[in-house]
Amino acid sequence: MATATETTAHSFPDITNPVNWFWGKLSWDIFPFYDPLILGTFIVTMALGLGIVGWLTYKRLWGYLWTEWFTSVDHKKIGIMYMVLATVMLIRGFSDAILMRIHQALASAGVLEFLPPYHYDQVFTAHGVIMIFFVAMPFITGFMNYVMPLQIGARDVAFPFLNNLSFWLTFSGVVLVMLSLFVGEFAATGWLAFPPLSGLEFSPGVGVDYYLWSLNIAGIGTTLSGINLIVTIVKMRAPGMTWMKMPIFTWSTLVTNILIVASFPVLTATLALLTADRYLGTHFFTNDMGGNAMMYINLIWIWGHPEVYILILPIFGIFSEIVPTFSRKRLFGYTSMVYALCVIMILSYLVWLHHFFTMGAGADVNSFFGITTMIISIPTGAKLFNWLFTMYKGRIRFELPMMWVIAFMITFTIGGMTGVLLAVPPADYVLHNSLFLVAHFHNVIIGGVVFGVFAGINYWWPKAFGFHMNKFWGLVSFYGWVGGFWFAFMPLYILGLMGVTRRLSQFEDTSYALLFGIAALGVAMIAVGVVAFIIQIFVSIRDRAALACDGDPWNARTLEWSTSSPPPYYNFSHVPNVYALDAWDHMKAHNAEEPQEGYVAIHMPKRTATGLVIAALMTVMGFAMIWHIWWLALVGFIGSIAYGIYHTFDYDRDFYLQPDEVRAIANGRRPVVPAE
Amino acid sequence: MTTATHPPEPSEGFDFYDTDPASHADGHHETGTMLGFWIYLMSDSLIFGILFAIYAVLGTNYAAGPAPSDLFEIEKILLATFFLLFSSITYGFAVINMQQGKQRVMTIWLLVTGAFGIGFLTMEVLEFHHLWHLGAGPGASAFLSSFWFLVGTHGLHVLSGTIWLTVLLVQVQKHGLNHDNKRRILCLSLFWHFLDLIWIGVFSFVYLTGVLL
Repeated sequence: MATATETTAHSFPDITNPVNWFWGKLSWDIFPFYDPLILGTFIVTMALGLGIVGWLTYKRLWGYLWTEWFTSVDHKKIGIMYMVLATVMLIRGFSDAILMRIHQALASAGVLEFLPPYHYDQVFTAHGVIMIFFVAMPFITGFMNYVMPLQIGARDVAFPFLNNLSFWLTFSGVVLVMLSLFVGEFAATGWLAFPPLSGLEFSPGVGVDYYLWSLNIAGIGTTLSGINLIVTIVKMRAPGMTWMKMPIFTWSTLVTNILIVASFPVLTATLALLTADRYLGTHFFTNDMGGNAMMYINLIWIWGHPEVYILILPIFGIFSEIVPTFSRKRLFGYTSMVYALCVIMILSYLVWLHHFFTMGAGADVNSFFGITTMIISIPTGAKLFNWLFTMYKGRIRFELPMMWVIAFMITFTIGGMTGVLLAVPPADYVLHNSLFLVAHFHNVIIGGVVFGVFAGINYWWPKAFGFHMNKFWGLVSFYGWVGGFWFAFMPLYILGLMGVTRRLSQFEDTSYALLFGIAALGVAMIAVGVVAFIIQIFVSIRDRAALACDGDPWNARTLEWSTSSPPPYYNFSHVPNVYALDAWDHMKAHNAEEPQEGYVAIHMPKRTATGLVIAALMTVMGFAMIWHIWWLALVGFIGSIAYGIYHTFDYDRDFYLQPDEVRAIANGRRPVVPAE
Repeated sequence: MTTATHPPEPSEGFDFYDTDPASHADGHHETGTMLGFWIYLMSDSLIFGILFAIYAVLGTNYAAGPAPSDLFEIEKILLATFFLLFSSITYGFAVINMQQGKQRVMTIWLLVTGAFGIGFLTMEVLEFHHLWHLGAGPGASAFLSSFWFLVGTHGLHVLSGTIWLTVLLVQVQKHGLNHDNKRRILCLSLFWHFLDLIWIGVFSFVYLTGVLL
């Protein structure tokens, strides 16, 4: 125990205070104001936050936000809220990335150890957690929420209230992670919090508890959202839209949500067991009393590898919508695309062990997982060829979405190939936990997920708001991100081959300095991309009149473009009948015109604050558990359940929009003119 | 808006927009709830799957502490098992009566089901109490951690089911057997039978093998 105390000893206040029954472990010295960097961040964040709150109050926008957004059960508004949340958290996660790149550049040159080691460990943990759970996940959930119901001709998702609740549970996770920045500390364990390091013995502070409660609350939201979207696709497709007439993005949403439902419970259970180890003194993953830490590592990757595909498959769906639209051809190999998605769905469960070949499971086990991993590159490769053949002899328009697709195809392929290298167990023994690995997964996540997110935002923004995005700032953002990516991560491949392990904060050898310097330059270029994206949003909103568009600005092929931009809240005044794949393209080819009469009453859900209230009570519970304020945790827990039960006593949850009202809304909208 | 219906066959061109009000479903999502609940149960069974896997791996790590044969009182567990199995049958009777619209008989069967549930929970609490006093709490060894969590998670589910049953009884008294209440009773029925199924796994895999092997 003595050695353990020494290894975790640091110059920071010890957040293992004796517990006061009322305040738990809370006390004044938990605020990390000893660190000027955090203090500065705190002041800036507070100033920004107060500024936004003040502006909203001054503009009297709170009532509008409450009725139109926070309590809304409209899948489109919830989708947009997910996107906003992800964008804000992207800035937070990217700030962590800047800190790491500056630190490693300075430390490897022997100039300065910019961050104390314990703080550095928290930064890389927070970066990973935030980027995966609170940037990438909300982005893809946002897309799936916004686009999928429109693509299948539905008026909302199957469970609109549950959708709202899922969003607020995700938000609850965000609140806890953000709180950890200023109240106490965050985990210093790496983004998956492997025990025994994350156990009570080696991480006695509240950091890992923040991690556990934030992810578990957000994870429940994700599981519920997965169930919701599966049922929506299975039950609510427009008449005639058979399985093989569904757009590829809808297919990828279905496959992704099956993966979510079949993997997030594993995360929930695993994190719950680690929580039990920390709170109840159980011995699931401890070193003593029969615990087995490798069990955790197996379980977390049984969730973790499907999670990788949860992130990338919807993005593949986005590319499969953009490429045909901007090549003015139908998608090459639709059927093979669907099968590739399904094969990846199954294979993603058979590869988890490649994350720890060095566990020592033996040559047989490692060979099995190495081979399954390599096999996954076959359906993925098939997809790339399908996109290439779609572009072949197409009349390609180099609009922003298409440019992101092309950047993706080049970047992602490199990342995929380094992944196949890592799938070879003997090679992995050398490259394991090196910067080569870090470069690989950033190569596929930035080159795949992030580029895809920007492609999707530029593609569907006109649908969501009725005006295009500014092209100049979009291009600046594009070149910043794409160029910056290559500068930031190619050096890491080389450093990894030179033997630099990941998560290092101290360096003996200054010969790495040049490559770390180039990587820092890369992150500066990406910063330009991030800032340009924010500017792009503001400039687009400012110039919205000049950028206005009709319902189908890209001359696209799927049903979401058949309604106005932005769509009315019930999506379709008349639900279209579907006869072909690429239903809207088929309708345009046959000069379909939406009739101005024959409206019927539309059954719609009422807005509700229940989701927000339950999530708020869960946040209170999480915070209280983190700080060992047991009475408050009980209040939060019982409160959230009681409020949920109270909600079930409300039987009056929907209303009918009358045909006259539908007519009034439909006639007030810009007509959709089939292009050409 | 269901996928089962097909648009009219194109005789003279395609009928893209259907303007006949009579042919429109009003977009009720009722059929989705049962499917959604099935999917939820699948996700829940994964949680139990993990707990069973943990028990399979750690269940023999006694850490020089007590082993199953030292702890389990199989006769009492068998009694608790019968409580739960019978509660599934009585819930089945309740559903049959619900479908025949016999609210009073249904309520009685639901009450019987709830009583069996409470009986099961009481047995479980007594067992845990007994173990705790033998010094076999969840922190005593990895075997006991995984045992307490597998059995305890199932117990918490039965507790939630019992609370849900109570709420539903109140709602049926207030609003009668309306469409929403019927759907909820069917969902709870699925949940209740699901817990029975999990318990059969627990009984065979944890208790029987623990005592017999």
